[in-house]
Amino acid sequence: MTDTLDEIVLPDDPDFGGEVQVDYPGYRSTRWRAPSRPLVSLPEDQHDLRGPVFGEDAIGEHDGDLTRQHAGEPLGERITVTGRVLDTDGRPIRGALVEIWQANAAGRYKHDVDQHPAPLDPNFSGAGRCLTDDEGRYRFVTIKPGAYPWRNHDNAWRPSHIHFSLFGRQFTERLVTQMYFPGDPLFPFDPIFNSVRDPKARALLVAQFDLATTKPEWSLGYQWDIVLGRNGFGHNTTPLEENA
Amino acid sequence: MRAPTPSQTVGPYYAIGLCRRPENELVPRDAPGALTLAGTLFDGAGEPIVDGVIEVWDAVGGRWGRCGTDGQGRFSFRLAKPDAGPHGAPRLDVYVFARGLLKHQHTRIYFPDEAEANAADPVLAQLSEDDRATLVADDEDGALRFDIRMQGERATVFFAP
Repeated sequence: MTDTLDEIVLPDDPDFGGEVQVDYPGYRSTRWRAPSRPLVSLPEDQHDLRGPVFGEDAIGEHDGDLTRQHAGEPLGERITVTGRVLDTDGRPIRGALVEIWQANAAGRYKHDVDQHPAPLDPNFSGAGRCLTDDEGRYRFVTIKPGAYPWRNHDNAWRPSHIHFSLFGRQFTERLVTQMYFPGDPLFPFDPIFNSVRDPKARALLVAQFDLATTKPEWSLGYQWDIVLGRNGFGHNTTPLEENA
Repeated sequence: MRAPTPSQTVGPYYAIGLCRRPENELVPRDAPGALTLAGTLFDGAGEPIVDGVIEVWDAVGGRWGRCGTDGQGRFSFRLAKPDAGPHGAPRLDVYVFARGLLKHQHTRIYFPDEAEANAADPVLAQLSEDDRATLVADDEDGALRFDIRMQGERATVFFAP
């Protein structure tokens, strides 16, 4: 366990092993928060639990365009982020509620707890929501969030990311995750990104730059598909040792 | 078969996206049979988790709600006891999200006035008495109390995905 801020646990420490870790030592806050006991299995017939359904009334006029929620335009690099929400068979999930939140271009969240001395942007709240269309597609216009420091370890910075929350057809498909941008130099140093141990699975968190989504003279475009399934990563397979 | 997108923590700033408006009333405040359910989310050191989100889902009634924890780790809902489903005693399914939790965790709330149905419930039946107690809300003067403990001796039972 890491007890001091200046002692980062490197993501490729072979001691970690495994792919699914909610008790990931590099991310210090997991220590007291990840369940310490093995998870209990439910009978197979109790997994299929239909989920809440959200309608158009859940969506406000500018919820899909984070650059138009205030009187003026936010500062930063304008981007479109779009992709499809699919089940594990590759079928589109229609009408899925997608909610996002993010830092502004300077790496500052509009949240009382965020004390990073970077400017707030009066024209940026950083929240969006939409429902997927008949092809399972979501779409947001926003600005690229900045990287920001956090106190997990000495000189710790989060790579640019957008938080995503999704409801699938079943409650068991519920997913909260983060989307990253391709080629970010902070990837090797971020324990949250690296808590997904399998590099192939980790790559699923990274959007792709897409010229076809890029609007000439206006904004860059990124594509990021999201697959919802019951067997999400991150369940606890080995109990934490007490007082480890 | 496509691999599911991995989970990542909800982080400390989820309220920007997930708590834009109150969503903790599953039924109207004054609906017949409406109950208040409140509790505190605790970490393994016994400290309240002040940056967690609790989602509750009544799959039988199709009612959903969520509540971010406050500065004391507390959450509360206005809800009605669900009807019994095909699989056992009346219950709510609960998801816990928090900073420091890389994947949300699944637990259940059962009701204290359903002793007979709870005794026959196949999921409760596989648990020890102490573990079972972590899933049954307490009746405190007509309001329900349900604390959630991520770790420790009285840790709440969480279910595998």
